[in-house]
Amino acid sequence: MCLGIPGKLVELRQQGELVMGKVEFGGILKEVCMAYLPEAEVGDYVLVHVGFAISRIDESEAAEIFEYVEQIEQMSGEADDEPPGLRTAETQAEGQGS
Amino acid sequence: MKYLSEYRQPEAVQRCAAAIHRRVTRPWNLMEICGGQTHTIMRFGLDAMLPAQVRMIHGPGCPVCVTPVEMLDKAIRIASFPEVIFCSYGDMLRVPGSERDLLAVKAAGGDVRVVYSPLDAVQLAERHPERQVVFFAIGFETTAPANAMAVLHAERLGLANFFCLVSHVLVPPAMQAVLSSPRNLVHGFLAAGHVCAVMGTRQYEPIVRQFHTPVVVTGFEPLDLLQGISMCLAQLEQGRAELEIQYRRVVRPEGNRVAQEQLQRVFTTVTRKWRGIGEIPASGWALSEAYARFDAEQRFDVGDVVADESPECLAGEVLQGHRKPLECAAFGTRCTPEHPLGAPMVSGEGACAAYYRYRRQSV
Repeated sequence: MCLGIPGKLVELRQQGELVMGKVEFGGILKEVCMAYLPEAEVGDYVLVHVGFAISRIDESEAAEIFEYVEQIEQMSGEADDEPPGLRTAETQAEGQGS
Repeated sequence: MKYLSEYRQPEAVQRCAAAIHRRVTRPWNLMEICGGQTHTIMRFGLDAMLPAQVRMIHGPGCPVCVTPVEMLDKAIRIASFPEVIFCSYGDMLRVPGSERDLLAVKAAGGDVRVVYSPLDAVQLAERHPERQVVFFAIGFETTAPANAMAVLHAERLGLANFFCLVSHVLVPPAMQAVLSSPRNLVHGFLAAGHVCAVMGTRQYEPIVRQFHTPVVVTGFEPLDLLQGISMCLAQLEQGRAELEIQYRRVVRPEGNRVAQEQLQRVFTTVTRKWRGIGEIPASGWALSEAYARFDAEQRFDVGDVVADESPECLAGEVLQGHRKPLECAAFGTRCTPEHPLGAPMVSGEGACAAYYRYRRQSV
């Protein structure tokens, strides 16, 4: 229900009282209300929930997670017990959510 | 897709899980608040990648699951009126009320429609001035801004035939309720990233301090979850209790201020009953007095609804993390997504649905 999907803002326009935008999700375009993200510009990646953009995705923070993995690996030393692998069944719609 | 697939890279996920294995020395119970996070954990098998000492307890963050049965019965009553077009997010249609669900109302000829956005419901009201359009405004803080905008937009358009049946719930009071319970097992929380994208993170500081419990605001992809788990475990192992943000690409400490201003205008804080859990003080939002004319409960006569829950359903125990779905005798037999006894089996965020979908082989 709190499903949030990241997409690229490709168009902004005033529609009556509302600022609306077109957001692209892996090739699919959706109408999105931009009223809560007045600072967003075309080209930005935004997080969309039930047809509303609620947050701008910060590109500079997006890669931080990979540095974190490097760091904790160094801090925790060498592997001795390997956990079971990641399940790869991909049958559900993209995006997760609250 | 950008900002999704890179956080699912098996190699990075594996490395993160391996590092967690090497750092954990004691047993810890972590609760992920959001049902979306529960589904990621089950779908990608993250629980099986964690050390045996780390137990994930699934939290109450499934709005469909915690919407009280009385509210659902009111929705069913309103949706049955011939003049009404009843609009809802798709998840709610199969959730059992006392006697039937919204899908049964639709099957019996009621005009029940699934909408993607609450603005679609406003548009229906604009197009059908002769009908009464009611939108089932459920959800946590993530969804509330969209529902608030629907009310504000209906006001601007001067619509007198648009109403909301509001049943909003709030995360921080639920976390306090979990930690205050004498049966509490939770040592640390993964807070719900999208809720915090709207509300910011400062509301969680008093919880961290009062209960000396780590809270890590976490995202929804496998790598997000594992990083959140790793950060939370690091705090626990070191005896720290702090508020940290794992999901920094989306969450700012101040949240979305524009949305917060409109939420304050449209809603007022109320005590809400949570399905399976009971009343939690100041745990929800209702329409404020200035917007009371959009309130479906005031427009339609539904005050006398008396609810009746399935006595067999353990939803309350599951939602509070006291029991796991597989501990329920009805799981997968008398309770399935097609014929659910309770909401967690139907909702896209329900813990029972996650176990049913991704662990079918063990039934």
